[in-house]
Order: sequence, then C-alpha cells, then structure tokens
Amino acid sequence: MSADPALTRLGAAALGAAVGAGEVTAREVLEAHLDAIAARDGVVADGDVWHARDAADLGPDDLHAFLVVTAARARDAADAVDRRRAAGEALGPLAGVPLALKDVLTMRGAPTTCGSRMLEGWVPPYDATVTERLAAAGIVVLGKTNMDEFAMGSSTENSAYGPTRNPWDPDRVPGGSSGGSAAAVAGGLAPLGVGTDTGGSIRQPAAFTGLVGGKPTYGAVSRYGLVAFASSLDQAGPFARDVTDAALLHAVMAGPDPRDATSDPTDPADVVAALGRGVEGLRVGVVEELEEAGCEPGVRAVFLAAVAALEAAGATVERVSLPHAGYGLPAYYLVAPAEASSNLARFDGVRYGRRVDAATAEAMNAATRGEGFGPEVRRRIMIGTHALSSGYVDAYYLQAARVRTLIARDFATAFDRVDVLISPTAPGVAFRIGAVADPLAMYRNDVATVPASLAGVPAVSVPIGTADDGAGSGPLPVGLQIMAPLRADDRCYRVARAVEAVVGFDPDPAAHGAGVRR
Amino acid sequence: MSAWETVVGLEVHVELSTATKMWCGCPTTFGDAPNTNVCPVCSGQPGALPVPNARAVHDATLLGLALGGTIAPRCRFHRKNYFYPDLAKNYQISQYDVPLVSDGVLEVEVERDGELVLETVRIERLHMEEDTGKSLHLGATGRLHGADRSAIDYNRSGVPLLEIVSRPDVRDPETAQAYLRELQAIVRTLGVSDARMEEGSIRCDANVSVRRPGEPLGTRCEIKNLNSVRSLGRAIAHEAARQIAVLEDGGSIVMETRHWDEDAGVTRTLRRKETVTDYRYFPDPDLVEVTTSPRRVAEVRAELPELPAAARARLVAAGVPRAQAATVLGGGMLALLDAAVAAGAPAPAAANWLAGEVTGWLAAEGVALADAGLTGTHVAELVAMVEEGAVSATQAKQVLAGVLEDRGAAGPRAVAEARGLSQLRDEGELARVVAEVVAANPDAVAAVRDGNDRAIGALVGQVMRATGGSADPRRTNELLRAAIGS
Repeated sequence: MSADPALTRLGAAALGAAVGAGEVTAREVLEAHLDAIAARDGVVADGDVWHARDAADLGPDDLHAFLVVTAARARDAADAVDRRRAAGEALGPLAGVPLALKDVLTMRGAPTTCGSRMLEGWVPPYDATVTERLAAAGIVVLGKTNMDEFAMGSSTENSAYGPTRNPWDPDRVPGGSSGGSAAAVAGGLAPLGVGTDTGGSIRQPAAFTGLVGGKPTYGAVSRYGLVAFASSLDQAGPFARDVTDAALLHAVMAGPDPRDATSDPTDPADVVAALGRGVEGLRVGVVEELEEAGCEPGVRAVFLAAVAALEAAGATVERVSLPHAGYGLPAYYLVAPAEASSNLARFDGVRYGRRVDAATAEAMNAATRGEGFGPEVRRRIMIGTHALSSGYVDAYYLQAARVRTLIARDFATAFDRVDVLISPTAPGVAFRIGAVADPLAMYRNDVATVPASLAGVPAVSVPIGTADDGAGSGPLPVGLQIMAPLRADDRCYRVARAVEAVVGFDPDPAAHGAGVRR
Repeated sequence: MSAWETVVGLEVHVELSTATKMWCGCPTTFGDAPNTNVCPVCSGQPGALPVPNARAVHDATLLGLALGGTIAPRCRFHRKNYFYPDLAKNYQISQYDVPLVSDGVLEVEVERDGELVLETVRIERLHMEEDTGKSLHLGATGRLHGADRSAIDYNRSGVPLLEIVSRPDVRDPETAQAYLRELQAIVRTLGVSDARMEEGSIRCDANVSVRRPGEPLGTRCEIKNLNSVRSLGRAIAHEAARQIAVLEDGGSIVMETRHWDEDAGVTRTLRRKETVTDYRYFPDPDLVEVTTSPRRVAEVRAELPELPAAARARLVAAGVPRAQAATVLGGGMLALLDAAVAAGAPAPAAANWLAGEVTGWLAAEGVALADAGLTGTHVAELVAMVEEGAVSATQAKQVLAGVLEDRGAAGPRAVAEARGLSQLRDEGELARVVAEVVAANPDAVAAVRDGNDRAIGALVGQVMRATGGSADPRRTNELLRAAIGS
C-alpha cells in the first residue's frame, strides 16, 4: 500500500475532506500514519496488534506515545470507510481520520492498562461511549496511548511502561497525564487524539506540545468506559493541531448518554458553528490569581503578548479576580485522591488484571495492590483514604468540597462581568524528564487548570507561541487557557479560534527549529 | 430487684423484585447458573457506571408511604467503602445522611395472654442500597474454614435492596416476630418483593439489649443469621436470657455481632465491634441527587392499595377468623380471596380454603402462589360444589389438589368430572352400604348402643372407605344411627 508521508502533516478537517472527496482513501491515510508510528514510536510493528517495546529497549528518540497499536482493526475500520464512500454514503467530516486514544478509555477486545501494571492482561468486554461515538463518526482508532498511571501525574513519567517523550525535545516530558495522545498528535503520528482531563491532564500536555486541547463542561462527554480517577472531575476531550480540528472532534464526543447518570441530558453547545465569530466586543477577563501564580518569565511574556493581540482584535480585556482560586490546588489534591481511593478499590485481584496469590483473600488483596500500583498511585490512595477517614473527613474532604463550592461561585460571579476568563495554561514550558522529583512541585503544574475542573466549567488550551525556560531550552510551546461558563464550550472554541488567527502559531516543531534535544 | 426489660431494634433488608438490577439492566432472577446475570456494571469492571433504576426508587417510595414515612424531597447515594471479595467495586452504594424515607411507623398485633394487643414500632429510616454477590467456598465442608478455594457468583450483585431500620421499640420476641410478619405482608401486598426469608429476599438482624425498666439503654449485641420468623423469636429470647445471666453474674455486655446457631439454639460471638470499621462514607460522584416532588409523592400515594391492617379489619368484619385473615394476608392471597368473593363465595368459606388446604399444599409442594394458577373463580367454584353437596369435603380436597397439580389448567368442576369425583347421592345405595357396615361390625354397633358415641365415628369411616370418600358424612351418620336405632 502506497503511503505518502505528507499525509501526516495534514490536519483532520483536511484529511476528512480529502477522504470524502475521494482524493485519497482512508486506508492510504491510515498507512501513512502507521508508517510514521513504526518509524518514530518504538513499537514492534508486526502482526495484527503492535506492542510498545519495554522501556529498557526503547531508542533515545522513540516517542513511546503508543502502548498498543491496533493495526489490523484500524485497517478494517479504514477499509469500511472506503467501502461506505464507494457505496455513495455521505460521510461525516472526520470519517477516515486516524486518532490516538488514551489508554484509560475502553475499546472492546483491545487491552486497556491505564498505564498500570495492575491492569496488565485486562481486555475490556465493552466499548466506552466515547469509543462508540468515534467509530460512528468513521474515525479510525490507531491504538491506545501512554499515560500517567491511572491518570495521576503531569508528565507521563508515572506510566508503569516508561515515559513518553516530547516531540519538541526528546529529553523533555510531553506533560500529563494524557502525554501519549499529545505526543502522538504533536509528533505527526496522528492528526487527532483523545485525552482525559481531571485537573489539567489535557490542557497542560496541549500547552507543552503546542496543541489545542479541550476539557469539556463536566457532563458534556459521557464517562461510560472511562476508567475513573476522580469521577466528579474526569472529562474526556480532544487534542488537535488546530482549533477547528479540536472543535470537530469535540462535537463528535459530546452529547447525552443514558449510561452515565452525570451526563448532561440537554443538547451540547454547537462548538463548530461558533468558530468564525471572532472576538469583536467580547469581554475577556484575565484571572489575576492565575496570571501571578509563579509563571516563568518567558511564559508570562508570551501570554501578555497574546492578551495584547486579543485586545487588538477587538476584545475588551480586564483583570478579574477569582478570590478562592488560590485554594484550588489544595482542594483538588483532597477531592481527587479521596474519590480515587474509592474508585481504585476495585483493583483487588479478584475479578480481573493482576493477582498476587496469598493464603487469604485479604492477604491476596494487599499483595496485589502493593505490587500492582506504582508509588504515585499508592500515595494518592493513602492521601484520599486519610481525607475520608472518620475524624478527618470534616477537616479534609468536606472542607475541600466547601472550597470547591466557593470556587464555583467565584466563576459564576466573574462570568457576570466577562464572557470568558483566560490565563496561562501552565506556569512553565515542558521540563526535562526526571527534573521534577518532588511530588508537590509536580502538583504545582496544575495550579492554573484545577480551578476550572473544580467548577466544572469548560476550558480550552490554545498554543500562543514559544518560550525558553530560561536555562537554554530553546523554543518550547506556551499555551493560553480559555475558560467559559458551564455549557458554553462553544465560547471557548470561538475565542481559541480568534487567538489562533491573530497568533498564527505553527504546530510543527521543525518550523521552530525544535524537535531535537538540547 | 425489679425484672429485666428486653429492648430490641430491628434492621430488615428487603430485596426488591424489580425485573432489573439497581444500576444496570441485568435480570434479578433468583437461582440461575452462577455469573449469568452479570454485565460490566454489576461485576465492577473498570469504567462502568451505575444508573439508578427508576422502578426501584418508585417501589422504595411506595413502601415508605405504606409505612407512614416522610419522603425526602432530595436525597443522594453515598459510597460505603470496605473490602470484601463479593462486593464487586469494594464499595456498596447506599444512603447515609439523608435516607429516602424517614420517620415511619408500623402497628402490629401481638397475642398476649390470649388477647390481641396493638403494639407500635417506630421506623427510623428506610434507605436504598444494592445487594452483594455471593461467595461459594469450594471444598469438603462448604464453609470458608477448610475450603480449598472460593468462587464468587455476582448474579445477586446490584440487586436493589431496601434497609428498614426500626427504633428500639420492641420489648419481646413476639412483637419482633409480628413486626417482621407485618412487613412481609405489606411488601407482598404492595408487590415490591416476594419477601421470602428462605431465599434471602427478606433478611432480618436484631439489635438486642437488656436493662432495668426506666434505666438508659444497655449495651447491645447485633444478632445475625436469622433465617425464619421463628428463629428471630428464639434468638431474641436466648440472647436476652444470656445477657441477663451475664449481668446478674456481675459481668458486662460487650458490644459485638453474634451469630445465631439454629441447631444449637444459641448465639455466638462473630466479631467484636471495638475496632469499628471506618466505612469512609462520601457522596457517590457517579450519581446525582434523587429528587421527589410533592406531586410525585401524591402520585405514588394514590397507587397505595389497601394495606394489611385495613384488609385484616375488613376480613374479620366479614366473618373470617383472625388467624385465617392473618394467614391469607401473610401469604399474599388477599387478591385471590377478594376475587373468590367477587365470584360468589362467602368470605369465611373462601378464607378457610386459602388459609388451610391451599397454604398447606403450596408449602408441601414448594410452589409459589403466583405459579399455582389458582384463580378466585376456582375457589368460588370449589366452595359452591361443597355447598351444593356435589362433592364431599374429602373429595373437595382432592379436587383442589387436582386443580393445583395442573396449575389451574382445569377448574374444579372439570377436575371432579375428569377424576370421577362426585358425592354419593343415591340414598338407596348409601343405605345398602350402611346396612353392610352395620352387619359387619357388631362390636362397634353394640358400643354405640351402649352409649359410646365415639364408636359411631369408626362406622362412618368404614362407610366413607367403602364409598371411596363419596358419601356425605352427615347423611351417613344419620343413616347409621337410624339403622342401629340409637
């Protein structure tokens, strides 16, 4: 099968249009991306299912974005799209477009590990709703991508299968926890990716890899089949190299689902229709607390330039306070581990995944969990268990829940004054693999992203330029976060599109002289 | 020193008989092959999510209203976290701070010194939760101890369960038994559960303590493994006696869970409660609040059928003995009785059949009423046949058995005809048999003449045997006495 490498540089909308017009087949598009994966990702490209090499056997430039590439299944899906086109069926805008799926969403028959040894060998018996919706749109899932174990982390270094590398600099992290999907899209292995975001796990990797990444309004995208980290916060969302592609993917994913009781039963906002409306007359609030939250100077400069550009494009910009945003990080790191401690209780060796045999059920549970979970997961389970314990629950979990209510109220008040809120997505650019060893320092990556998570509001990160980390990193991407009221996901994408238009960021690392280690 | 007072609070679990489970679409059928009624949700697969069963919420609301409770306008589900292999998610979805129903009441009739007394038991709360799977221990003994390995059947996992917690208002075993029977009768009347203790679709734990009257509550022990109404009564009596003996011996009661040993008739320590399990309750983030508007409450209230207490009063007023009324209601046979009456049977006669022969046959054959195929028309027809003298009482029982054996495929008249059951009405034939029996039993005849009235019974029996049960016993008696000249 001929595969034109240029196809991997096209965006999703362009590929979908070309497939729809018969200019290229879905299979040709797929093969080009499989070739790219085989060349750059460190998988054993052989057979129906390609597996990632063990971390020790990976080359220094292997991205290690994919844990598994479901090649045969993807070829079947692409061929099905081509047959439908040949039969004269109308195809959706993303039919035949390949996608990298985070390994926290189930796909029937394909292994799902959540980046953990705990789930080694588990093959889910069912499809996540997101997976079903992707298939219904004719999107071709390439495989499952690497992630911080059970989505706990901000660098993808917590994967039990080794870290993913950043296509902008292979010595650096792609962010996390959805680092595998981000690296796949930024590295040209896939035009689209799906991640999940609990406290910033889509937005921060998007910022670190120069992508557009969106966390939908809580409840907009079904969580059925998303292996839970923190159920009240988890949302799946898109990665793409431009805003239009991200919006198209968001539109495929969002919508009511009777299998998720927390799914919003109303029709989702039309994020695609809003794209061209610009920012003329739009009131934009810069969140004081998040702008000042320990940003690297390079990030801050790029952010201020983007704000000025927005103003020049006709938006009115003012500074707005979210008085309790500063408490977001501590509140998040109680609520999320508390829920996780309960959500992860089901991994006990009884029904699926890993089992370490022992004399009694209790001893088997303990041995299995001790061996199956990595250190960060164990840390959060312990924090969460403590936060819910009798005698502490009021001071920790319930207090955090109260702070959460205050933060949600801050957002509601702020949105009385402005249409959207903005901030830098992350305080710094992508850091070196292994550079952040202190868990608390790692948690500080999420300072700007957790407030929107706690409030449930939608947020999109859009790349606005590059900055140096002040220590000779060379150009690395910087993201701007746009937050909107509940259910106003369309407003996030509309502003993101306007920012993209005025900033003119090129998502190809090579265009910035990046993509090499420094 | 004054006597001891027993104080009992009851926790009753009722499995709802909804078609599907609490959080998924799996069937709730009892007794299917292990792990056939399971899906990603009820087997706790990663990523699966619970969605509340609206029917279960409705049924819980209906029972709450039947118990005179207040329905919470808003309530939520909490997670009760603990590790146990038959708990698929290692947490149970239950309710915690705000139950669906609070402050109910149940009035029960208790027989005391030959008189029926009305006792009031307050209900603290009724909340919704889910059942667990079942551990099966494979090995020689079938118990955990000594088992080679264990297997788990998740068919029951996620079956909707209601927990009904009484206040400590019960003072004796009889009231506890009456409370449990009355609850059974109510849930059956509402049709929300078949409430079978032997299948575990209704389960009861008793919190028992003793004190001197007027003193604060004593330390309580929770008694588990109560498999029948009878064992509930026995266990409370034994446990109260045990506690009194300990206290009178100068000892003290330890708060603990005790296991009722039915065979030995004693309670034994199961686990001490000094290390209280911390369930780390918190609101289940996978679920949203359950809201019940006043309008919804009114809608559900309008569905309430006549409750057992009212039905009992009505039956007694219609001439049905109290004990039979209780059996009919407890057996969920009120609708059948009403249908029989509607089809022309007098209530006492119909109740007599239902509480007697029908109940006995169902128990002996292990058939559920719903599966027996018996209709009100059948019962009325049977009553009429006896009344008309078309069949003798003995034959009527055979007819009923025939109807039940065929699961109601044929009515009593058809069964009687098919089996050749009809009362002997030929006076000449009966007189001939009577003469034969009198001639063949001179001793018994002499005894009757000597005034031994019981001897006549033996002669009637002989006539019944000779006629294959088709003789009318009253007429036989008359003819015998005439023939003997007594």
